[in-house]
Amino acid sequence: MRARARAGAFAALGILLLAVSLPSVAFDIEAMPTPALQKRYNGLVHELRCMQCQNQSIADSPVGLAEDLRRDVREQLIAGKTDEQIRESMVARYGNIILFRPPFQAGTAWVWIAPFVFLLFGVFVGVRIVRKRTALVAGDDSDVDKDEPPR
Amino acid sequence: MSRFLLPAVVFLALSGVLYVGVVHSPNKSTMQSALLGKPVPAFSLPVLGNPGSTLSNTQLAGRPWVMNVWGTWCVACREEHEVLLAIGRQNALPLVGLNWKDEDDAAKEWLQQLGNPYSVVAVDRDGRTAIDFGVYGAPETFFIGADGFVHYRHVGPMTEDVWQREFLARLPKGGLQ
Repeated sequence: MRARARAGAFAALGILLLAVSLPSVAFDIEAMPTPALQKRYNGLVHELRCMQCQNQSIADSPVGLAEDLRRDVREQLIAGKTDEQIRESMVARYGNIILFRPPFQAGTAWVWIAPFVFLLFGVFVGVRIVRKRTALVAGDDSDVDKDEPPR
Repeated sequence: MSRFLLPAVVFLALSGVLYVGVVHSPNKSTMQSALLGKPVPAFSLPVLGNPGSTLSNTQLAGRPWVMNVWGTWCVACREEHEVLLAIGRQNALPLVGLNWKDEDDAAKEWLQQLGNPYSVVAVDRDGRTAIDFGVYGAPETFFIGADGFVHYRHVGPMTEDVWQREFLARLPKGGLQ
């Protein structure tokens, strides 16, 4: 019974992951001239935010502005710009918000640090609870297991 | 008592963080332009209804001007048009239209039917100049100072209030000249 429930849970998880990882629709008609450029292009368009529909990357968005930004990335790549230069040019025009991975700066440091602070806090609370419980068990002299045969 | 103290502190701290987040969340209409305090992007674009002539940023240099990004496909642009007409009549400073990803004929028809508030309309057919201005949705309106720097960007329909408070207020005292 339990095994079946577990299998069911795994199946549900599998379906969920499949739904999440559905391949992004390719809106591009033009391919990049070389496979190396194509690879960099694919990387860049997935890390730039579509400013009109803010939870999609410009790779995933069909709106005109995303199309224009993809063209901009393509042209800059062909012009020989580095990935870093292209990211910088986007930030110069749209601000850090266009990057899904904001840079580590004074203003954005908390975005990067906060998860670890929360994790540390969670560990701290967890350890405290376990310690308290352990102390309770150690000091417990009511013999609950009296009736059980010695192992 | 002390077992409630820590959760209470955590709860209050989290409430504080979330409150600040909600109050200061980057509202789409107040998102700051990355261009503020930077030179106006260079452009050279054809002028609507005047084949052969172009408008460039250098032609506008030396005095404050306003650029309004619009398109006939943009619903909110129709909404702000009356305000723009009133602004155009004030003639306080040049109101440059940036016709964004539009058709020339549709744009001309729009201006004929609704009235033309602009001193001049530049045609950004493929949207390159709009990207350089960091435009993400029409209408957007920019104030460019006499120094050639971007001083302000308003996202969304222009209103009389915004025009007074954020645009006219940026003009040097005593108006132009």
